[in-house]
Amino acid sequence: MSGASLRKTPYALTGPGVLFFAALLGAPIVMTFLLSLHSYDFTLGIQSDWSLGNYADVLTDSYFHKIFGRTFGLGLLVTVCCILIGVPEAYVLSRLSSRWRSIFLLIVLGPLLIAVVVRTLGWALLFGSTGILSMTAQALGFADAPVSLMFTFTGMTIALVHVLVPFMVIAVWASLQKIDPQSEDAGLSLGASKFTVLRRITLPQAMPGILSGSIIVFALTTSAFATPAIIGGRRMKVVATAAYDEYLGTLNWPLGAAIAVLLLLANVVIIVSFNKFIERRYAKVFE
Amino acid sequence: MRKLGPGALIFHAVFVVFILAPLVMVMAVSFTDKGYLSLPTDGLSLRWFYAILDNPAFIDAFWMSTWLGLVSATLAVILAVPAALAIARHKFPGRDVIAAFLLSPLMIPHLVLGVAFLQFYSSIGLGGSFAGLAAAHIILITPYALRLALASATGLSVDAEHAALTLGANKFTVFRKITLPLILPGVAGGWMLSFITSFDELTMSIFVASPSTTTLPVRMYHHITQTIDPLIASVSTVLIVMTVVLMLILDWFYGLDKVFIGKG
Repeated sequence: MSGASLRKTPYALTGPGVLFFAALLGAPIVMTFLLSLHSYDFTLGIQSDWSLGNYADVLTDSYFHKIFGRTFGLGLLVTVCCILIGVPEAYVLSRLSSRWRSIFLLIVLGPLLIAVVVRTLGWALLFGSTGILSMTAQALGFADAPVSLMFTFTGMTIALVHVLVPFMVIAVWASLQKIDPQSEDAGLSLGASKFTVLRRITLPQAMPGILSGSIIVFALTTSAFATPAIIGGRRMKVVATAAYDEYLGTLNWPLGAAIAVLLLLANVVIIVSFNKFIERRYAKVFE
Repeated sequence: MRKLGPGALIFHAVFVVFILAPLVMVMAVSFTDKGYLSLPTDGLSLRWFYAILDNPAFIDAFWMSTWLGLVSATLAVILAVPAALAIARHKFPGRDVIAAFLLSPLMIPHLVLGVAFLQFYSSIGLGGSFAGLAAAHIILITPYALRLALASATGLSVDAEHAALTLGANKFTVFRKITLPLILPGVAGGWMLSFITSFDELTMSIFVASPSTTTLPVRMYHHITQTIDPLIASVSTVLIVMTVVLMLILDWFYGLDKVFIGKG
């Protein structure tokens, strides 16, 4: 192989993928951005003018404030819940014997491969007023009448935690894997209590995993569609379901495009800045 | 290794129940002998599984999703493997940018991809076509295929390939006989993960699929928003069983933990 052809090789190998992505990912995203700059008339359709009117509408309308606020709050709440239950579970998994661990990893991670519609349907069945949770609450005397978590914020939160907590478990588990067990033994033999070892040795080393798990969970919650659409319904709209309604309900594509662009920007900004933060922070710790 | 206390084990048991509860619920309801949603307390029945056979809409959607998954996972792997080899084994200007570009769909909400494809396809006359839907799925799943191929290609020794080239094998023979077998677990794992991701995808497909290209999750979503009945539970049960089988295969030859580490 000559030097020139060797230099061209990587471009020849990545070329098909890059061209395909440029045509079928780059172009549609750019077009959506351009569409968001057009105005929409309910009788005449999409206009050919250019303005930031759609963004002004979204950013000033209290209806959208509520939806964006609810989505952001949901993202925070789901992330916190995932930390509270996912981190201890990852710790338990890392302490199990290897045979039990491989079984439970399968149980905890497996649901990620099962369609979100199916997992959400399970919660819809549990939440309904004839569902098992309602009956249990009545049988135990927590409720007098049938209760339903369908179309509630609480119901949406529980279902989303279920859908996304495996991402937290796997991220934390991956960073617990890297811990040298001798550092914990050293702490114990030097007289630290188990709790101190957990707090001062294990937890700080699991932190990169907790942070990257949090960012994944937060990003996926704020852009989730299926679970909020089925459990939240029309009463509990979030950004994704609101954009869906603009596109396929009222057919105001430019406004829907503006919502989609804002959602994309928020996602990219949050993910990129968070990754930068983690890199900076942990570059210092491990120097 | 230190033992776990009883508190930790109780927590673990509750967590596992939480994870399995909705799936068990779906499966239990699908075996009801009643005509409405209920747990099979009086007796088990397969009537709702037979009912699937009377619903061609679900059967057609199942085959559409299967066909779509096969086509798009295969094409995604064909795009991803050469790119992974270049990124893992060559240093070249623009390498990081190209890698970030090919992985970027992981950062884009599926809803945004969906609306972008909806508008793009309707403006170029591909609206509602199978080709358009497949192309959208390829964009969505290529990052998964690429990540797993990258993981196997990174750190691969080039000695065997150089030896074969020196002995007169052509580049394609070297790839087929040496490189591909070495990275095969990653390629096959990537293909399977891509297939499952494509098969399960809802949010993007809901915008791109037309009545003639309705995928199973889209069909199920529209059914659930109208009515939740034992039929949708039995369809879901079939899907759960199928996914579990694929998952066990994937775990057996690649490792489920490796598949998901770094996913996001």
